[in-house]
Amino acid sequence: MSWIDIGHIDDIPLRGARVVKTPVGCIALFRTGANKVFAASDTCPHKGGPLSEGIVHGQSVTCPLHNWVFDLHSGQAQGADEGQIATYPVQLDGERILLDSTSLGQRSAA
Amino acid sequence: MKQKLVVIGAGMASGRVLEHLTDAAPDAFDITLFNAEPRGNYNRIMLSPVLAGDQTYEDIVTHDDAWYAERGITCRFGEKAVKIDRELKVVEGENGHVPYDKLIFGTGSNPFMIPMPGHDLDGVIAYRDLEDTEQMMGMGAGNKVVVIGGGLLGLEAAAGMAARGADVTVVHIMGHLMERQLDPAAGYLLKKSLEEKGITVLLNAKSTEIAGKDGKARALLLEDGTELPCDLLVMAVGIRPNTALAQETGLAVGRGIHVDDQMITSDADIYAVGECVEHQGEVFGLVAPLYDQAKVLAQTLLGEDAAFKQRSLSTKLKVTGCDLFSAGDFAEGETREDIVFRDPARGVYKRLVLEGDKLVGAVMYGDTGDSNWFFGLIRDGEDVSEMRETLIFGPAYQGGGSADPLSAVAALPPEAEICGCNGVCKSDITTAIEGGATDLGAIRATTKASASCGTCTGLVEQLLQVTLGDDFQMPTAQPVCGCCELTHEDVRRLIKSQELKSQEAVWQELGWKTLNGCHVCRPAVNYYLLADWPVEYQDDPQSRFVNERKHANIQKDGTFSVVPRMWGGITNPAELRAIADAAEKYDVPTVKVTGGQRIDLLGVKGADLPYIWSDLNKAGLVSGHAYSKGLRTVKTCVGTDHCRFGTQDSTGLGVKLEKILWGSWTPHKLKLAVSGCPRNCAEATCKDIGLVCVDSGFQISIGGAAGMDVKETELLVQVPTEDEAIEVVMAVTQAYREGGKYLDRLYKWMAKVGLDWIKETVVDDLENRRALVERFELSQSIYRKDPWAEQAKEAPRFAPMADLTLEAAE
Ligand code: SRM
Ligand SMILES: Cc1cc2nc3c(=O)[nH]c(=O)nc-3n(C[C@H](O)[C@H](O)[C@H](O)COP(=O)(O)OP(=O)(O)OC[C@H]3O[C@@H](n4cnc5c(N)ncnc54)[C@H](O)[C@@H]3O)c2cc1C
Ligand code: SF4
Ligand code: FES
Repeated sequence: MSWIDIGHIDDIPLRGARVVKTPVGCIALFRTGANKVFAASDTCPHKGGPLSEGIVHGQSVTCPLHNWVFDLHSGQAQGADEGQIATYPVQLDGERILLDSTSLGQRSAA
Repeated sequence: MKQKLVVIGAGMASGRVLEHLTDAAPDAFDITLFNAEPRGNYNRIMLSPVLAGDQTYEDIVTHDDAWYAERGITCRFGEKAVKIDRELKVVEGENGHVPYDKLIFGTGSNPFMIPMPGHDLDGVIAYRDLEDTEQMMGMGAGNKVVVIGGGLLGLEAAAGMAARGADVTVVHIMGHLMERQLDPAAGYLLKKSLEEKGITVLLNAKSTEIAGKDGKARALLLEDGTELPCDLLVMAVGIRPNTALAQETGLAVGRGIHVDDQMITSDADIYAVGECVEHQGEVFGLVAPLYDQAKVLAQTLLGEDAAFKQRSLSTKLKVTGCDLFSAGDFAEGETREDIVFRDPARGVYKRLVLEGDKLVGAVMYGDTGDSNWFFGLIRDGEDVSEMRETLIFGPAYQGGGSADPLSAVAALPPEAEICGCNGVCKSDITTAIEGGATDLGAIRATTKASASCGTCTGLVEQLLQVTLGDDFQMPTAQPVCGCCELTHEDVRRLIKSQELKSQEAVWQELGWKTLNGCHVCRPAVNYYLLADWPVEYQDDPQSRFVNERKHANIQKDGTFSVVPRMWGGITNPAELRAIADAAEKYDVPTVKVTGGQRIDLLGVKGADLPYIWSDLNKAGLVSGHAYSKGLRTVKTCVGTDHCRFGTQDSTGLGVKLEKILWGSWTPHKLKLAVSGCPRNCAEATCKDIGLVCVDSGFQISIGGAAGMDVKETELLVQVPTEDEAIEVVMAVTQAYREGGKYLDRLYKWMAKVGLDWIKETVVDDLENRRALVERFELSQSIYRKDPWAEQAKEAPRFAPMADLTLEAAE
């Protein structure tokens, strides 16, 4: 793995998200109420809604377009909806957020 | 010959080393002990009970003169070790040299003092030793004390002085107390308990300066301009390992003195123990690991095999009446699950964090009786899958239980107001029930509760249930969502009667089953809080649907639409030019005239929003709130200005109303229109509030709609003057804001409370009308402003956080 520094945790609002552009498309970085950071695809499998614009609650995000709810760790859609978003390795080093560039690169090559 | 052992610092860690060492091998070493404090070892932890008056210094001495004498330890108390010569193996004290074969650093920590202006004034102290404690003990009634730091130490200092009668304020920079040990929910309960002890707690408060007079601290100044007068200022913002001497000695030092698993520093004859060390990147601030270190060090000195291992820690606070406990890692995260239990009646909050089959963290407030059991499960990594269902109820509980949905109502004090319309409190109703009023109708007849607007019906029913038990059959009401058991109406009423002013307060006091709600309840609760406590509660953008967070309507392709306000539908060439320029500059694909008498720029990219707003702002254009559950448009017709039939200045009144109402948040969107005559060209009679001008004045009608339901408005009142029309509109808007269920348009609220009730309270009761207007104005003093102008300052937040496609291309 090769970790790259993306920014400070405070660059993402508490219970909010920010987007990172990558070779595999837009990835959303979510920060939960308990200060945990998750990385997942920004694109909702339903109709492409931008998940980074959704409401972050517990360890989930709700898509802003039609309210599908995704677990941020597994990427699984919750409840009656079926679908999954890709999730990516992310790490906190103190207050810095690190993303694994190889996992982003590998996915693009595949 | 006996080996010469010199110990620097008679603290809790080195004290433990000496105990182990002299117990195991009384004659192995010839020991000299330096201590900067003019005394031997005492239980530093217990300074807090001494401060609070529960114990005396004598009670907390661990090693007295006799103890040292028995073990033949040469004490050099009140004397600092100032230099070490590693070649000659000599420690230089303030009063002379001592040679050593083995040397131990047990120098502890130094309190960190924020280097703000005034930090060196008299009357600014830390909380570390007996001297500090004695100064604080001098603070009785009539003294004002400010404590900076809402962590363990700061709060124990604050509670101790409050117990002595001082007027204490705690200033904390974070959003909740003890944020390193507690989650926001437990932090909320802790704050509440401290406030009950008369301590003032200021959160998110940044200290900037200590003002002094004649060399003595006089007041603490905060960034927002607040001035907090004080006779004593205690800084309890953290500690730093005391490493200065070790560093001068040439030992390897990072944050603390580097040691290996045997507590040996970079010099094989020198050891370190306690808060002054750094082990595998960690430094320490609680005694449990220090005692482990002490044991290892004693064994190392005796030539035995031993290794120090870090393990999970738990925290408690030594403040009477604040029972809290936290242990392990309680951040949410990877494969983790929370189990949350809240009992508002007892002020209890418990949260367990599970990872796979194991308990990895726990936070508890109010009932910490089982904390040791939970801590054991965490420490030993036990498999808890078998008892998962009942885990949170503790070791004694086997057999499934659940939170009582009625406990929020049961917890209300007798004087809590249930029915706001008729001023009926809980005890009035329970007395009536005991007197034989056993159904809703009887309660209404005897107490008038729930007999007016009816929004408290749910609460009255719950009271019937609580008081009568199974004798009362509860009608099924829809809770807000799966996170709680209460209806919207109940939540609203309880927020008011219990004076809940933060999300954390709502989650705890109303027994929420999730950590911070979900996309259904959180926006509703955010709205209720800001509508009821405009001054105290701060709107939370993260609890809003994207449109209201981004101040633009999201489109199906993720772009946004931008609609500037055109007051009453009036515009001018300069505004139109600015809109045209912006449309060109930002490649807006569609420019459309809306059904609300203004212009929509559709398809704006998210990252461009702050820039297009700033351009529009320059031309005087502000947000049209086309995205909000708030005031949308006030449509007008041309009225007396131009129209041959116009009876009043409908355009002017529309513009005035829009300028008064804009920026206000409402349960759902709020649309108005003003027509100049009953021909009604502004379609006023299908708006939430519609005004039709007539010769003799203004007809105000409400409850119209033309969306999913089409409704004609119903006449509320006709008034003779424009001023009175404006007053009635403000009052009815505020009544809807205060009473409406989130996402109910005005007509739905009206259907619930009845037009007659609105007429009585908003129109006929002049005193109430004025009070509503006043509350509306108070709220508008905060919300009547352009969110675009504010958001434009945050432009970087709208851009991607990083762009890795560029790096990949390199
Ligand atoms: C732009 C506009 C259509 C137009 O091109 O004219 C419009 C566009 C939308 N309307 Fe509307 N409504 C627009 C005037 C209306 C009107 C006419 C009016 O206000 O005179 C109505 C009927 C009157 C009424 O509200 O009773 C109207 C009734 C609705 C409804 C149904 C509301 C209801 O309670 O039944 C919705 C859905 C909702 O709010 O839940 C809706 C929702 C929407 C949303 C916000 C859908 C959404 O959630 O994304 C559309 C946003 C499009 C966008 O991206 O900008 N829009 N909408 C109009 C903007 C007016 C303005 O300047 O602010
Ligand atoms: C008010 C208070 C309450 C606390 N409550 C808790 C609690 O509830 N639970 C918990 O686990 N922990 C608590 N702690 C923390 C705990 O007291 C410390 O972790 C512990 O005392 C550290 O022990 P130590 O031996 O490393 O350092 P100390 O106990 O600080 O001892 C170091 C000694 O070295 C002396 N010294 C330093 N340099 C020199 C020198 N050059 N020459 C001679 N002497 C020197 C110092 O004067 C000091 O006496 C509390 C601390 C305070 C202040
Ligand atoms: S009528 Fe429907 S499609 Fe048209 S703007 Fe309104 S919500 Fe959108
Ligand atoms: S696009 Fe996400 S729920 Fe429809």
